[in-house]
Amino acid sequence: MSGGFTLVEPEADAEPQADVIIFGQPEKSHTGWRPFLWLAAAAATWLIAWYVIQDLADWISYTLLGLEHGSRVGESLAFFLYDVPKILLLLSGMIFLVTVIRTFFSAEKTRAVLSGKRLGLGNAMAACLGVLTPFCSCSAVPLFIGFVESGIPLGVTFSFLISAPMVNEVALGMLFGMFGWQIAGIYLVTGLMVAIVAGFVIGKIPHVERGVEDFVWDVAVGKTEIAAANLTWGDRMAEGWKATKEIVGKVWPYVLIGIAIGALIHGYVPENALAGILGAEAWWSVPASVALGVPMYSNAAGIIPVVHALTEKGAALGTVLAFMMSVVALSLPEMIILRRVLKPRLIALFVGVVATGILLVGYLFNMVI
Amino acid sequence: MVIKVLGTGCANCVRLKELANAVIQELDIEGEVVEVTDISTIMGYGVTATPGLVIDEKLIGYGGVPSKAQLTSLVQQAA
Repeated sequence: MSGGFTLVEPEADAEPQADVIIFGQPEKSHTGWRPFLWLAAAAATWLIAWYVIQDLADWISYTLLGLEHGSRVGESLAFFLYDVPKILLLLSGMIFLVTVIRTFFSAEKTRAVLSGKRLGLGNAMAACLGVLTPFCSCSAVPLFIGFVESGIPLGVTFSFLISAPMVNEVALGMLFGMFGWQIAGIYLVTGLMVAIVAGFVIGKIPHVERGVEDFVWDVAVGKTEIAAANLTWGDRMAEGWKATKEIVGKVWPYVLIGIAIGALIHGYVPENALAGILGAEAWWSVPASVALGVPMYSNAAGIIPVVHALTEKGAALGTVLAFMMSVVALSLPEMIILRRVLKPRLIALFVGVVATGILLVGYLFNMVI
Repeated sequence: MVIKVLGTGCANCVRLKELANAVIQELDIEGEVVEVTDISTIMGYGVTATPGLVIDEKLIGYGGVPSKAQLTSLVQQAA
């Protein structure tokens, strides 16, 4: 399948370095029933908040501030005051859940599972593991080299590298909050499909491995043995809580700005104003939105509220979905990171194949819905 | 003591380097903190994520920034 090259075995035959720590995991063990008590309290608070935010937003806008029902200012404000806590709640819940699930996975385990897998099944597994494995695009280079050196086919590696940033907890949480679980589900499934098919196609291209920088094949990867983590459920929850605080702390300004812009569009842009340029009939709007998405390196948190408001005013769902995927899956900073291990022609191929996949998703939805 | 921070200039790599500098200063240990940015060398230590922490050529850990307390105890153990 990856004909014409032999993999260079790492020359480092030294003893593996033992008991290496993965930083960032809880240092103290959280045992006993206390973590569960915390979880129950947090879940109860979450649910109460969930049920009062709508009334609270209405009360502040219409009673406290005395704005008129149906007035533009009133509508926009009530929309903003309801959406911000709603989205932040869903986002927190999603990040917590995904992080707890991810404590069962690691890049090392994923690498071991995928090594020696063939194109096809390997791509499907890689795409799914891309969602479940803790991954930061800042570590894309060591991860890429580690994957390639342990004999994972390039196409399979790409499936992982496409799905990991595209199908992430922030995008899913935001979509869930703004569009409902159906659209979040559709995004999850189509995102995985794009990752699987694009990785498969890249892997099928003859001599594709020549697009990898030559030094990558000669790297001698050291061996390590990770100190056994033995996480308790309390540890996993502690990690989930930590990640929730960290990510929400980072993205909330984007959520706020995104929802503020969305609220303005909601209140001030006339119904169907965008149907002409962003509607399903405008065939060119899908490629245009994909092209527009590449240089935009925004996280899903800021983009989705705006995009949601646009669909209310007549933008087609497929167009909007394609735009979002392009923003998160094809970002310039990630290309620059990958440039360290990939030659420009392979980067171009990567962008081309992924963009085509996203384009097809966009058209498909515009046709179906 | 030579502390090596393996990383290609990511935000966490910079944080780890600063933290390591602060720790050896506080412990009053004679040593230096070196940045390793060459990706082949980094991979030679066997990390799958950056930043990595190497003390006197032994890989201690990687994939994030340890807390100051954790790093302090790791440095003390190695000293």
